[in-house]
Amino acid sequence: MRTGEEIKNALVRTFAFLTEKVRVQREKRIWADAPLEHFREVFDCARKELGFTMLCTITGVDDAGTMGAIYHMASEDGQVLSIKVSLAKEKPSLKSVTDVFPAADLYERELVDLFGVAVEGLPKGKRYPLPDDWPEGQHPLKKDWQPGQPGRKEETPHA
Amino acid sequence: MHKVIIPIGPQHPALKEPESFRVVLSGEKILEFGYRLGYNHRGIEKACEARTYIQNIYLTERICGICSHSHSSCFIQAVEEIAGLQVPRRALYIRTIVAELERIHSHLLWLGVAGHEIGFDTLFMYSWRDREVVMDLLAVITGNRVNYGINTVGGVRRDVTPEQAKEILKGMDILEDRTKYYAEIATQETTVIKRLSGVGILSHDDAIRLGAVGPTARASDVRRDTRKDDPYAAYGELDFKVITDTHNDVYGRTIVRVGELMESYKMIRQLLKNLPDGPITVKAPRRIPAGEAIGRYEAPRGEDVHYVKANGTDKPERVKVRAPTLANIQAVSKMLENRLLADLPIIIAAIDPCFSCTDRLTAIKDVEGGAQGTMEWEDLHTYSIRWYRDRGIEFGAANKKLSAMMEGKK
Repeated sequence: MRTGEEIKNALVRTFAFLTEKVRVQREKRIWADAPLEHFREVFDCARKELGFTMLCTITGVDDAGTMGAIYHMASEDGQVLSIKVSLAKEKPSLKSVTDVFPAADLYERELVDLFGVAVEGLPKGKRYPLPDDWPEGQHPLKKDWQPGQPGRKEETPHA
Repeated sequence: MHKVIIPIGPQHPALKEPESFRVVLSGEKILEFGYRLGYNHRGIEKACEARTYIQNIYLTERICGICSHSHSSCFIQAVEEIAGLQVPRRALYIRTIVAELERIHSHLLWLGVAGHEIGFDTLFMYSWRDREVVMDLLAVITGNRVNYGINTVGGVRRDVTPEQAKEILKGMDILEDRTKYYAEIATQETTVIKRLSGVGILSHDDAIRLGAVGPTARASDVRRDTRKDDPYAAYGELDFKVITDTHNDVYGRTIVRVGELMESYKMIRQLLKNLPDGPITVKAPRRIPAGEAIGRYEAPRGEDVHYVKANGTDKPERVKVRAPTLANIQAVSKMLENRLLADLPIIIAAIDPCFSCTDRLTAIKDVEGGAQGTMEWEDLHTYSIRWYRDRGIEFGAANKKLSAMMEGKK
């Protein structure tokens, strides 16, 4: 059974830029901050070399100043590696991982709808999870979005 | 041959989360299966940000009506990790007891739905009758049949008394006895084997590639079970097996769920026998210090994942929920490829997406001819049973046999 520290060391050994950027919260919970331009290398290494064969989900976060995405990956031995990337607050965008995890499709669509992140390479498909008539540019999980804001058409009562 | 498109939904109350399916058929063969999800998006993640941690326990409990304890436990585990709380062992044991009782009620519910979808209604009626045993037990120990409200930050809200423990054990004996019959039916009844074998095939590699979870993955021989891989609550101290199967089809999914029921009875007996003494809760702060954590939980339908980020106030900064059906929906598309329309109800039901018994509507449209008609889900269900009956698969004899077995037992 490998420990979180071993995974951390393997990551830092492969990617010098991850020095000081990997944190072992406790056994089975590892967090890494990856620069956006190197994200795919770290992601592929975790998937192919370190046995993180499951993508649990992708969490979008809107921190003050930056937007972020966290890729939660799990391995057969119960380790969870969460890779965080920071995105530009204005026009955030990232590349799709659906080429290797087809199930990421819905997780990426959540980023599109709820955070307004542009996902490059996302296959064509129905939007998720907001309704088809949801107004453009309204992304509910952004911190500056408040429920009850104007923008959504009032429903016309039946005559 | 004409291509026919059948839209199912979007208001599709057959499913816990109303979904819209678009099935493209050539004759009776499914060429394409598309879906549109999100009709039941209630903005719970946003709502969590405006509520306190205590309020959010009750809110997350209402994400799902069947796996309610799963969601609140998953959420609370993340919160307790951020706060650095040492939850008393007795509380962890009680959480696990409720968790396994919930799995029992969910799997018995599934067995009934599966029986109904293939026309084996006696199985449906018996397994739902038996499910009442576990529903009553949940009501005895938590006060509620659903949405148990047992969790609180730092422990549980109600203790289990020795009298209640006795009652639970009695219930486990009854259900174990019953489940043995179901296992017998599932493994020996030729009609069941014929109807479910080779239906909804999901290969081992596809299950991994598409990220399938829970019994759906385990029936394709993927040994993934959060209770074993990443033990939470009291699972690290329990002796139980992860049930897998190599059939890769609906038949395998049935074997896995019946096997898991037997494991759950075993676990509950262990939990009650070794129930530690002590308090059931520790004092938890109202404000949770800044930090983040991930909760993982093996819900009856598969892995549930919650991400919680705290900012030092009494309300979370961000809560993210990934329920198991979302992870399994891609696998369904794969299972339906090149299958027959008559297999659609049972294949969708086999991932256990929480069917309710409300009215459902399917519109049928002939793409080239432009003719339109409607087909209630009930008609599709009847059509599926008739299609197989015409080909020799009929549950009349199996119904009688199961009735005789149950009657003989009394």
